[in-house]
Amino acid sequence: MLYNEPSPLETRVLSRRFGQPNSTSIETYLADEGYAAFKKAAGMTPEKIIEEVKISNLRGRGGAGFPTGMKWSFVPRTSPKPKYIVVNADESEPGTCKDRVLIENDPHQLIEGVLIAGLAVDAHAGYIYVRGEYRYLIEILDKAIAEAYEKGFLGKNIQGTGFDFELYTHTGAGAYECGEESALLESLEGKRGIPRIRPPFPAVAGAFQCPTVLNNVETYCAVPAILRDGGAAFAALGIPKAGGTKMTCLTGHINKPGVYELKLGFPVKQMIEEVGGGIRMGHKLKAFIPGGSSCPVLTAAEVEGANMDYDSMASRKSMLGSGGVIIMDDQTCMVKAALRIMKFYAHESCGWCIPCREGTTWLRKILDRFHSGGGTRADINLIGDISRNMLGRTFCPLGDAAAMPTLSIVEKFRGEFEDHLNGKPCPYEHEMATA
Amino acid sequence: MPDPVKLTIDGRAITAAPGTLLIDAAKAAGIEIPAFCYYEGLSLAAACRMCLVEVEKMPKLMTACTLPVAEGMVVRTDTPQVATARKYTLEFLLTNHPLDCPVCDKGGECELQDMVFRYGAGESRYTEIKVHTPEKQFSPVVFFDAPRCILCFRCVRICNEGMGVGALGVIQRGVVSEIAPNMGDHLECDECGACIDICPVGALTSGSYRYQTRPWEMTHVGTICTHCADGCKTTLGTRNNHIIRGNNRDHSGINGEFLCIKGRYAFDFYDHPDRLQAPLIRKNGKLEEVSWSEALTTVAKKFTKTLADNGTFGVIGSNHTTNEENFYLQKFARKVLHTNNVDHHRTGDVVTLLDALSEAGQGKLASVADLYERKAFLILGADLALEHPLLSNQIRSNFRHHQARIYVVTEKPVREDKYCAASLRGRDYSSLTEKLQKESELVIVFDDSYCGEDVRKLVAFGTSLGIPVSYVPLVDYSNSRGAIDMGMVPELLPGYKPSGQPGLHVNEMLEGNLDVLWVVGANPFKAGGKKPAFLVVQDLFLTETASQADIVLPAACAYEKYGTITNVTGEVQRLKLAINTMGAKPDLDIMGFIAREMSAAAILGPWFPDTITDQIVKTVHGYKVPMATLATGGAAQTMPVNGRISPGTLPGLVHSDHNGLFASGTLGRYSKVLNSVVENRARH
Amino acid sequence: MTFSPELEGRFEKLLRSYPPGRQRSALIPMLLYAQDEVGCVSDELIDEVAKRIGVTTLVVNEVMSYYSMLHRKPLGKFHVQVCTNISCLLNDGDKLYEHACKKLGIGHKGVTPDGEFSLEEVECMGACSWAPAIQVNYDFHHFVTPEKLDRLLDGLKDGPPGGPRKK
Repeated sequence: MLYNEPSPLETRVLSRRFGQPNSTSIETYLADEGYAAFKKAAGMTPEKIIEEVKISNLRGRGGAGFPTGMKWSFVPRTSPKPKYIVVNADESEPGTCKDRVLIENDPHQLIEGVLIAGLAVDAHAGYIYVRGEYRYLIEILDKAIAEAYEKGFLGKNIQGTGFDFELYTHTGAGAYECGEESALLESLEGKRGIPRIRPPFPAVAGAFQCPTVLNNVETYCAVPAILRDGGAAFAALGIPKAGGTKMTCLTGHINKPGVYELKLGFPVKQMIEEVGGGIRMGHKLKAFIPGGSSCPVLTAAEVEGANMDYDSMASRKSMLGSGGVIIMDDQTCMVKAALRIMKFYAHESCGWCIPCREGTTWLRKILDRFHSGGGTRADINLIGDISRNMLGRTFCPLGDAAAMPTLSIVEKFRGEFEDHLNGKPCPYEHEMATA
Repeated sequence: MPDPVKLTIDGRAITAAPGTLLIDAAKAAGIEIPAFCYYEGLSLAAACRMCLVEVEKMPKLMTACTLPVAEGMVVRTDTPQVATARKYTLEFLLTNHPLDCPVCDKGGECELQDMVFRYGAGESRYTEIKVHTPEKQFSPVVFFDAPRCILCFRCVRICNEGMGVGALGVIQRGVVSEIAPNMGDHLECDECGACIDICPVGALTSGSYRYQTRPWEMTHVGTICTHCADGCKTTLGTRNNHIIRGNNRDHSGINGEFLCIKGRYAFDFYDHPDRLQAPLIRKNGKLEEVSWSEALTTVAKKFTKTLADNGTFGVIGSNHTTNEENFYLQKFARKVLHTNNVDHHRTGDVVTLLDALSEAGQGKLASVADLYERKAFLILGADLALEHPLLSNQIRSNFRHHQARIYVVTEKPVREDKYCAASLRGRDYSSLTEKLQKESELVIVFDDSYCGEDVRKLVAFGTSLGIPVSYVPLVDYSNSRGAIDMGMVPELLPGYKPSGQPGLHVNEMLEGNLDVLWVVGANPFKAGGKKPAFLVVQDLFLTETASQADIVLPAACAYEKYGTITNVTGEVQRLKLAINTMGAKPDLDIMGFIAREMSAAAILGPWFPDTITDQIVKTVHGYKVPMATLATGGAAQTMPVNGRISPGTLPGLVHSDHNGLFASGTLGRYSKVLNSVVENRARH
Repeated sequence: MTFSPELEGRFEKLLRSYPPGRQRSALIPMLLYAQDEVGCVSDELIDEVAKRIGVTTLVVNEVMSYYSMLHRKPLGKFHVQVCTNISCLLNDGDKLYEHACKKLGIGHKGVTPDGEFSLEEVECMGACSWAPAIQVNYDFHHFVTPEKLDRLLDGLKDGPPGGPRKK
């Protein structure tokens, strides 16, 4: 089911079946070239499959943007150990709700992507790790998996190719950290979601200490199109170093929030104005987060001329991230935004390493005090300093994820912190718009 | 050996074996990289972030505790960036750490204090409210103060990986993560205190030590635990002739960092209120306190008169007095009292093993170190983890670090079952033959259920395997092995030389027919027996035996005297006097004074421990051990195999008390800590 | 401890889903599915799951206490989870949460005296483009206004017993 009207500016590759009647059923899927890519891939060598993915310039859609084909090529295909395909459906980066839409509307596309990954690395079992809150998606997936078994697209000797594959869903139970790949693998093994020391990377020692391909839902969902239409066609949709489309979630102060499939390199301005229908109530853009709350915040000025791609965001010292666009208008209190973001990271810090465990909570406390009017001028520098002391020194990227937005907010919106000083409570507080 | 890797740390060229972690390579070169969570031998955590260093070509600081050295690696630990990282990591740690150092047990020997002193910031910028939770008591021994905890997870890892117990875990997440005990609100474990010992701060503290002293007020004396036969080194922290703490703080000795509850806490029997502090003489049927001179004169007179009357003597020696004391005692019996009625409670058939090995012409005795290094083990009968915790720990660590293969044949399930290659119930080990033949070497550990012919069969089995086999014959107490080595039996003289004379065994001496029975450091009447005409007892407490005595002479314990003892694997170690005691005297002194009172001292020679050690080294076969090793706190293995031993001992006399972790013969009965743990376990 | 045949079936399937010797993988799903039926992760449930998986209760405690959806205390029949994370906050999710507190008369992780409702301020639940969002048990509700929340909660209270939790 769709929660927002599609936009004519979308390029619907992964979302091509969205909105079709019974879009989750295998009949609908098969009727629209479903599993054709798998059949094609089954006739190719694993090297050729990986080559095709490399040509597509598909990069990991979870947020890190690592080239997918290269990731697959790290798996030691000839290892005597079993290999596994793991799907990261632990979508929990604030601002991000795209994997949910992909599974909800077209579960077989994900299953097909997983199967092709299995062919590529000689894996015969896979796990879809779904965040606990997405219980209804597990039900959709379980149904789709059952259909696929029934129709011979899972199980033994799939479609007479001699390829066997078993696929399982696995529920999480509420932990943002489990979206980090090694913490996800720990969680899959029934443990606390504490990341692993790397190397070894999952490609070599992943699920159950065996070679593992671990990608985001959206990444797998792009694979059938790549194999079906060729890597070059997919690559051509994007920009030179990043192929295809990106499921983009427009959230925050925007008139038409929703999930839209946009070509990589889509202009930010056009995205806000035309796809999203502009900032709500005619306000002006104050701050922009390109891909989830872990990304450094950009000002309206910085967004000028920016495109939704890896390099354009990197050149502005931010990141494309997960595709969770957060739009903040000129009524927004940036201290409150920083506080809410930090509250999240302090809540989700796994507690393993000192800088993240202590730093996130310290920052949360300062920001909380600051936002309630108890701040001092020294706190402003301290917030930046604590963030800098976390950055790059934590066990896993969660520390960076907490530090980067905070640092960018305190540096770029220092004036708003000044406004909160001298016992003045938040000057931006407002009544509930709809109340 | 693969070629060493060459790298540079702080401009210095360094070499290290491939695979060495950077933190260890630096340490070997004398460059300290600070760390809390890194602990040699435990799994890596990379949690504390104190060991971050600059590595050329790496965009971020790297954790030296997880990074193996690489050829050409260029590392800097002395840059402003590294210094800043350390300083602010400590600042983070101190945000929620209560600065209650003035009342913290750890103050003065706290790794966090030391690190802050060396690397930290002088002032804190933290002005928020700290996370606080009340202190918890996990067991009689273990207290936990969560706010002080820096979450280095050492305790969890040492308990799980090191001890194989897994009684501690981490619950919750983030800043409220907390170390938790296995039973929810309390611990049920070995109570070994390793978690307390390994805690870098004062988060885990011990029930007996807490709030007793400032660490710097203590004197530290490294001596040997007096409880089981394993012979762990324990460093006693003393103050004003009181023992405040036991640990193995410098990790020296055969046990490294290992200690069980007894080595760490059960020293406390020494100041039990029931401890004897004055000699007792039975007057009008009642034991009354008398002076030492009266007591010694009375004993000497009685002995002299009995000798003059051609009366009969019996002498029972000890499993926990020193070699020197047993040596002196048997000499006293044989040379002064002219009796061969000399015996002690035998807890393992060492004699038959030594004889069988001589007969076989091969096979030897394993050392404690061997248990960590040899490749395969056959454990027969014993529940090692309960009765010989050090030996069990060595084998477990060997499995963990070197994947040793362990074969278990016991009547009941044992802890080794969890990681062994094969586990059988019962006594039949023959079905393991094929598997054992495939091993490159083997250590056989067996308890008192293997005696006499069974030991000979076992040696024949070991010999038939065609691989190098060594043995550990288990015995119970701190000097059980030394007692037999020192000839504390009628049929053998020191060094397993035949005595060639008849003599009574313990059970025969208890039949009540002797004129004088002299018991030194033993409790033979524990299970009954008939009191002889005159009974002299040297002991710490009024045991079942002492309470029947005509004269009781209060003895010093192992922590109050010098001497040597020999552990289960035949390794000799030196006891060091840790505290002086009021009233009691070392057994050796007591015996010496009796000899002097009898004008027989010259026959026996001086009764200084070191002089007798010299005599033992010169005259007892196998005890030619390097004195320098002993003097410096080391252990030296004896080699008592001396050809065939004849006659063999009577297997029927051998029986072990099978003391578990919370028992230790007479001494254990007077340990508050051991009793409190037993009571606590009964309560839950 | 006995469970419904459906849950037993779920457990059986879970225990078959992982490689040999890796039954511990089933731990988190078992706890979550069992919580849906039992109402919380009780001591008894911890013991039971520990036994079935072959781990100590300490291990179960360590794991369960890490995950925020696993609760030691019983929740209400309808567990109302209001997201106040950034995208919802920008759409007044915080004020919606305050409204819910007032409406139900309870605070964060509180349960109404009749056991019907419990409330939790939760982190991002993946409904950012349809903010502010709430979940009642596992059902999502998007673009929630105070009025919409009132209607929803009133409807649930008067609705059929059992509720949507036990699927």
